[in-house]
Amino acid sequence: MSKQALNHIINNEYAAGFVTDIESDTLPAGLDEDVIAFISAKKDEPEWLLQWRINAYREWLKMAAPDWAHVNFPKIDFDAISYYSSPKGMSDGPKSLEEVDPELLATYAKLGIPLHEQEALAGVAVDAVFDSVSIATTFRSKLAEAGVIFCSISEAVKQYPELVKKYLGTVVSQADNFYAALNSAVFSDGTFVYIPKDVRCPMELSTYFRINEAKTGQFERTLIIADEGSYVSYLEGCTAPMRDENQLHAAVVELVALNDSEIKYSTVQNWYPGDAAGKGGIYNFVTKRGLAHKNAHISWTQVETGSAITWKYPSVILLGDNSIGEFYSVALTNNYQQADTGSKMIHIGKNTKSTIISKGISAGKSSNAYRGLVKVIPRASGARNYTQCDSLLIGDTCAAHTFPYIESSNSTAVIEHEATTSKVSDEQLYLCQQRGLAAEKAVSMIVNGFCKEVFKELPMEFAVEAGKLLEVSLEGSVG
Amino acid sequence: MLTIKNLQANVEGKPILKGLDLEIKPGEVHAIMGPNGSGKSTLGHVLAGRPGYEITGGSIFFKGENLIEMETEQRARNGLFLAFQYPVEIPGVSNMEFLKASVDALQEHKGEQPMDSVSFLRQAREMYKQVDLDPGFLKRGVNEGFSGGEKKRNELIQMLMLQPALAILDETDSGLDIDALQVVAEAVNSLRSCERSIVMITHYQRLLDYIKPDFVHVLSDGKIVRSGDKSLALELEEKGYGWISEVE
Repeated sequence: MSKQALNHIINNEYAAGFVTDIESDTLPAGLDEDVIAFISAKKDEPEWLLQWRINAYREWLKMAAPDWAHVNFPKIDFDAISYYSSPKGMSDGPKSLEEVDPELLATYAKLGIPLHEQEALAGVAVDAVFDSVSIATTFRSKLAEAGVIFCSISEAVKQYPELVKKYLGTVVSQADNFYAALNSAVFSDGTFVYIPKDVRCPMELSTYFRINEAKTGQFERTLIIADEGSYVSYLEGCTAPMRDENQLHAAVVELVALNDSEIKYSTVQNWYPGDAAGKGGIYNFVTKRGLAHKNAHISWTQVETGSAITWKYPSVILLGDNSIGEFYSVALTNNYQQADTGSKMIHIGKNTKSTIISKGISAGKSSNAYRGLVKVIPRASGARNYTQCDSLLIGDTCAAHTFPYIESSNSTAVIEHEATTSKVSDEQLYLCQQRGLAAEKAVSMIVNGFCKEVFKELPMEFAVEAGKLLEVSLEGSVG
Repeated sequence: MLTIKNLQANVEGKPILKGLDLEIKPGEVHAIMGPNGSGKSTLGHVLAGRPGYEITGGSIFFKGENLIEMETEQRARNGLFLAFQYPVEIPGVSNMEFLKASVDALQEHKGEQPMDSVSFLRQAREMYKQVDLDPGFLKRGVNEGFSGGEKKRNELIQMLMLQPALAILDETDSGLDIDALQVVAEAVNSLRSCERSIVMITHYQRLLDYIKPDFVHVLSDGKIVRSGDKSLALELEEKGYGWISEVE
């Protein structure tokens, strides 16, 4: 393809990279017990939660940052980060849309996330989190009719303390890992969902996370509880402005699927990946885990195109008999992005089933690693796992790695693992071009074809979105 | 339609075409024959604009325009089509999606609206029937798990859908049984018109029993060494390619 065309593509920019000019209450950088007390007080939290945070902080002080992942970055100075930031006037939590700063509403409109219900995607309720606070949750009354609770976690602490207290930290404990402990100490906001017994949630739920303020971390905490026999489909999306420095995003997501329930959790993650030279971008260090009780079904679907560094392993603990865990992932890295991502399936109950389909796409000078664990404990007879991880390379300066771990202690377990690595070949591009397609159109078509098995797991409205996102993220990868 | 003068081209630094001349007028069907390694397939790829095929001398004009200056996809959009000898697989991308994208790209180039999905599908199904392939193939990945013969027919479907001004068939007959050969010939013959030119690159005379060429050229060591009518192909079959080098 021509030089001009190439330059045009390379210079294409990250569309969500603007900064919203809004006054914020931002804590000075640094972390100690006073900061935690401040966050807790700001949110008017009960004593037990403050204590819970302090305990997590004390555990965190004893821990070291993990260094086993296949990623490279300078040591993070945790005292240079501000642990709380909120748009001015919003620190008391969500209000009605009329009271939300128009500048904020404009930000979400620009990102394609309308918060006015009449404009919103039909059938999708949205919770929008801006830096550390939730600014709006739509369609709440409609959900309330079905008995569904969908609100920010800060609000849930006030309104539904018994539910929060019962489940918070039961899937990912305070001392689970370094970043989870940090999150437990300082988490600011996030989403809380509760689906009552035998209720099928009448609409898709979604949360939209946005980091705006410079030098802040976002530590969201999401807790989803599906009571017996219920069903919910939930989607999260994320973006951040383009900034030269790296920003930390250390989230914890806990899913509790009680007997006979089903949770479908989808992520379209488009954090700012840094510029073409590898400067800036989000460090996305996230712990996501689900606990599946008897006959429950938990399914993770993720499309990841953002972040400078991704460190994330959405997992399922198959505790109950006949429970099912699934992980469908597309992770794309371009330029200098690094990703170490995969899943863990822990088989504890009898006749539990898990499926892992992972599609890694590397372009530019990026590095993309799949890391997965399938563990079957001695009493988990009849456990089955099928893992397929495929890597696609674009160009010859990128890398793909696969680190599968299998620990089976039950002889009746059936574990299958398949892995392939392929390249977008010059011949494929030539065939497409000979049929009149431009090179970049050809690449995005080939990549979309490669991801088909994962895209079909996404809710309809977002499958198209995901395809487009890949197209944008791949720009500049052919030459 | 196509005027090639003194064409010289290298593949991976090695000279393959060494001063080739060829004139093709609208409506004509040309057959290019020659022994293995004579440069037949290279000619097809040089015309189509395969990356890595370097033109070192001479000129090519296609419909009055300088072909050498056009990008690969530009050539295709202007109506140059190459049916590949070894079509590659594109897993996960359905034939339907691929064909539609391709048809749309050509329509757009002409400044026309994209074809609506219903007429597109109807037409595509017709084409599959015409080459004796199940229209169910539309949903399968491009050439994914196809047999050799199925791949060749899939190429023809693309040709029929795109209605090129100049169609180049690179050994489309190789590896086909007699029934498949007849299907291929029918498809190609259905495309013959006074505005369209066809170039058949082939090793064997056999195909020419079904698609009658106006001209037959013999390529040897990167040059056209003999040109004639259909009888030249028969003579070649009788005497073998060794005869050509002896004549030289």
